Amino acid sequence: MKPPPIVPLKRVIFAAALIPAAALVYDAFTGNLTANPVDYITDETGTWALAMLTISLSVTPVRRITGWNEIIKVRRMLGLFAFFYAVLHMLTWVVLVSFFDVPTMLDDIVERPFITVGMGTFLILLALACTSTKASIRRLGRKWQQLHRLVYVAGVGAVVHFWWLVKADVTVPLRWATAIGVVLGFRIWWTLRSRTSGVRTLSRS
Amino acid sequence: MLIKKTPGIPYSEITPEPLYRDRREFIRLAAAAAVGTAAAIRGETIEAQGSLPVIPNVRKSPLSTTEPQSTYKDFTTYNNYYEFGTGKDEPAVQAKSLKPRPWKLTIEGHVAKPGTFDVDEFIKSYTLEERIYRHRCVETWSAVVPWIGIPLADVIKRVEPTSMAKFVEFVTLYDPKQMPGVRSPILEWPYIEGLRLDEAKNPLAILAVGLYGQILPNQNGAPIRLVAPWKYGFKGGKSLVKIRFVDAQPRNTWQIQAPREYGFYANVNPTVDHPRWSQARERRLGEFLPRKTLMFNGYTDQVASLYTGLDLRKNF
Repeated sequence: MKPPPIVPLKRVIFAAALIPAAALVYDAFTGNLTANPVDYITDETGTWALAMLTISLSVTPVRRITGWNEIIKVRRMLGLFAFFYAVLHMLTWVVLVSFFDVPTMLDDIVERPFITVGMGTFLILLALACTSTKASIRRLGRKWQQLHRLVYVAGVGAVVHFWWLVKADVTVPLRWATAIGVVLGFRIWWTLRSRTSGVRTLSRS
Repeated sequence: MLIKKTPGIPYSEITPEPLYRDRREFIRLAAAAAVGTAAAIRGETIEAQGSLPVIPNVRKSPLSTTEPQSTYKDFTTYNNYYEFGTGKDEPAVQAKSLKPRPWKLTIEGHVAKPGTFDVDEFIKSYTLEERIYRHRCVETWSAVVPWIGIPLADVIKRVEPTSMAKFVEFVTLYDPKQMPGVRSPILEWPYIEGLRLDEAKNPLAILAVGLYGQILPNQNGAPIRLVAPWKYGFKGGKSLVKIRFVDAQPRNTWQIQAPREYGFYANVNPTVDHPRWSQARERRLGEFLPRKTLMFNGYTDQVASLYTGLDLRKNF
């Protein structure tokens, strides 16, 4: 079976990735943001940032397992969608949760480990989004790949951020930990295997 | 009027459905008229909300707040009741499997007059009061709720605690058949809460049996639950089956779960943060902007004397 052509696929993914944001807007207009809209928006945008991050991290394993090399062309867009939802999540926190109360926000970042980790994760995504252009890739050369390996840290950070904020029931963060564990696990497995067999693989990104 | 569904009533005793409905409707209208009149005098209107049986003969209380009330819909669809799922929207759906009537409530321990009571007989034997209270969840959301309940002090007086009684323990129903959430070991079941005896005797503490003029919906802790408005919401044990008078401080469920984060007292306190989030502010259901959390949830005048000399930082 021939894989689908990449350009139409990109358009479909682009439209699909906007659905969660559109759903939130729709819920807002139809009064379906629950009794606590701010918490709901925070949860939804955070969850979708984590989902997009997980999907973008699964591109490389899918490519290596299926040999469908062209799929790499959707990776940047997926990563930018992770950043897009992370920005919405962050804006929710700054505007709706904290209402621009800078001293309280700084306090939270310093004193609340789950916020510290969340902020660190966001800064990584910000740095990666800023250097996602073709010009940056050219300018940074080898350093670009090293920098962008920070996305693994972001994946772990996002899960820790989620895990540390729940009160008792870790069922949902455990699911995300498993998903991130699987997509990062492939890379660990391949790295270990290539080291022990002495065979260098072409790409370990 | 409270409805009791006891099996084995002869058919001749059962009120025919249309008559029953008429009576129900009459009671509701009468209650609505009474409330409406009172509301008209105070210059506000209270909408009849929900569709559960209305509780008649409820006395107003000076302990009620006049702040705008949360909506019935918000307070009955946004609940923490882990026995019916950990999602806020789950209890409203899953608690349909709870059968709050018939229901037995046992009062035991260091009391002169222990006993097991049918909950409706128990409720009927007390004067009910409406208490419009602020409600503050440890998760930083809050509400204003018109509860109907029995002053806990009245119950304590009647069962006559002995000198051995120092604390009161509140035990929630544990029944995997009715409560799908207890099948997973998220918390230690049954859910246990407790108060010091003098806290329990405070006029603010009530055993709530209704809200918004009607009997409690299952997801809010039917048929009877604790409400102590100067404490975080989790102190209010729901669907109580046992009230025990004990000599040692009970180990309450959330304290067992995370002793660093939840204490025995759990008094609302904007100056003592939860280790993972600030308690300085809260968000009222139905409001957009956060508001400042008040010491003892605004009930300082009524309860501060209970804690003189107690380090509230250590006893959080």
